[in-house]
Amino acid sequence: MTTNEKKRLSVIACKVRMGIVESTHSAKCGHPGGSLSAADMFTYLYFKELNIDPRNPKWEDRDRFVLSKGHTAPGLYAALAHRGFFPVEDLKTLRHTGSYLQGHPNMNYVPGVDMSTGSLGQGISCACGMALGLKHQGKTARVYTLLGDGEIQEGQVWEACMFAAHYKLDNFVAIVDNNGLQIDGAIDKVMSPYPIVDKLESFGFHVIAIDGHDFDQIEAALNTAKTVQGKPTAIVMKTTKGKDVSFMENNAGWHGKAPNDAEYEQAMHELKAILAELEGN
Amino acid sequence: MAEMKKIATRDSYGKALAALGEEFDNLVVLDADLAGATKTAVFQKAFPQRHFDCGIAESNMMSVAAGLAATGLVPFASSFAMFAAGRAFEQVRNSIGYPHLNVKIGATHGGISVGEDGASHQCCEDFALMRSIPGMVVMSPADDVEARAMVRAAYLHEGPVYMRFGRSGIPVFHDESYQFQIGKGEIVRDGKDVAVIANGLMVWEAITAAEALREFGIDAMVINMATVKPLDEELVLEAAKKCGKVITAEEHSVIGGLGEAVAGVLGEKLPTPMRRIGVQDVFGQSGPAAEVLKYYGLTADNIVKVAREFCGK
Repeated sequence: MTTNEKKRLSVIACKVRMGIVESTHSAKCGHPGGSLSAADMFTYLYFKELNIDPRNPKWEDRDRFVLSKGHTAPGLYAALAHRGFFPVEDLKTLRHTGSYLQGHPNMNYVPGVDMSTGSLGQGISCACGMALGLKHQGKTARVYTLLGDGEIQEGQVWEACMFAAHYKLDNFVAIVDNNGLQIDGAIDKVMSPYPIVDKLESFGFHVIAIDGHDFDQIEAALNTAKTVQGKPTAIVMKTTKGKDVSFMENNAGWHGKAPNDAEYEQAMHELKAILAELEGN
Repeated sequence: MAEMKKIATRDSYGKALAALGEEFDNLVVLDADLAGATKTAVFQKAFPQRHFDCGIAESNMMSVAAGLAATGLVPFASSFAMFAAGRAFEQVRNSIGYPHLNVKIGATHGGISVGEDGASHQCCEDFALMRSIPGMVVMSPADDVEARAMVRAAYLHEGPVYMRFGRSGIPVFHDESYQFQIGKGEIVRDGKDVAVIANGLMVWEAITAAEALREFGIDAMVINMATVKPLDEELVLEAAKKCGKVITAEEHSVIGGLGEAVAGVLGEKLPTPMRRIGVQDVFGQSGPAAEVLKYYGLTADNIVKVAREFCGK
């Protein structure tokens, strides 16, 4: 990836993170931690990877993205807004009564949302259904889903993994956001899903482990996924929960809590500094 | 009465799917290792490329169905009622119901006429569970003709549909000219003293009971209420107004099913004395279907008994 391209994506990712902080602050609740950890992946997917058209969100040949970890809707909404699916100003209506930006994504309300999710473990199955449906209809569109590393404690995730491998869904990519934390604490303290890579390999996936904050690695993994035939691909990305907001980083307490006014100021101050540095260079 | 031809509505389901498959390319079928029992194997034989076995994983199957529907296909997801409505309830609610996706659920082996398998497999809660999901159509056919018409109507309906079919053979009393419509009840027999509103295999029992009730000077109306939701309120009110007494009869718990749906309408709009025949808040048990049905009072004889007591004759 060229330096310019990386800078472009980094700038967008920083704006996506600002959107996450803005929207959860305005909502006075929501899930900033896991939204921030996945912000670079949201950015890469919506600004480089997915074949989509913001002017025609329901275009039938589009690539699909299913946010299986639906509680990180603030990250998805921020990426969609910056990609032009709806006004960025609307992010502040997150979780407000009457807003189309529900606490968890609804495909019938939000332009660009391909599947309603929120109940953990179901999104990956829906994504498998989409991948099978597209293949069955001879379409070349691809389907991506993003799972939490705590989410994979759900048994349904493994039913879906069996299904994806059994039906050779090579148009399907499951991404696991391995930020290591869930609501009650460290995932390996609550109920360890490790070893994640080995488990997915044994379920029949081509598995790629990457640093989820490195655009070069994200790009390489997603490009490799397109060359894999006859089996689905899983990308297990190591990330930092709360990434780029110092006091939220690696702190399970920020899984499902919004910043108060002072914390909001602090977070935005830090993100603006990152943006200034990126744009200054 | 002459011996009637008996067909299990699960057989009707498989046959109807195979027929519709000829007509509509976007119809696909999912099953969870029960294709032989749910009769989707009939479709599978005709259209192997459009039948996807999901293995013993009903939760995944329901969400996969949602994903398939989101790409424009019309999936019929099949399992036993216990697992389709019970185990996968939350997937049906959140993956299918909440986004109002165009998924059809074909649930066989509903009710206690499952027989020998016993209580673990005798689902008497599916109407209650499925009725509680906004936008879900919930239906249970009274015979083979209605079941096949229902599958077609479900395909043509835009939105989620739950259909319950039975394991055991039941009399076929409709002729092929029967017109089925979602949300419309059918007056099978007119009467003026008591209205028996039934569905599934209890419709034939009600018809049989109505004949027997003539001897006791009771003129019973029999309504086939195949659609539990949306309920044909107009017909319920018309029957209650005419007869002044209503009996509901269903192969389901008296909690949350047709009986409560009817009671809800009448309670609010036309309070009418009622009796509810169904499974009385107990689990079933193993035994031949006919014996188990008799044990739990899901028979014409019991309808006669309840109606006579109700009418004081």
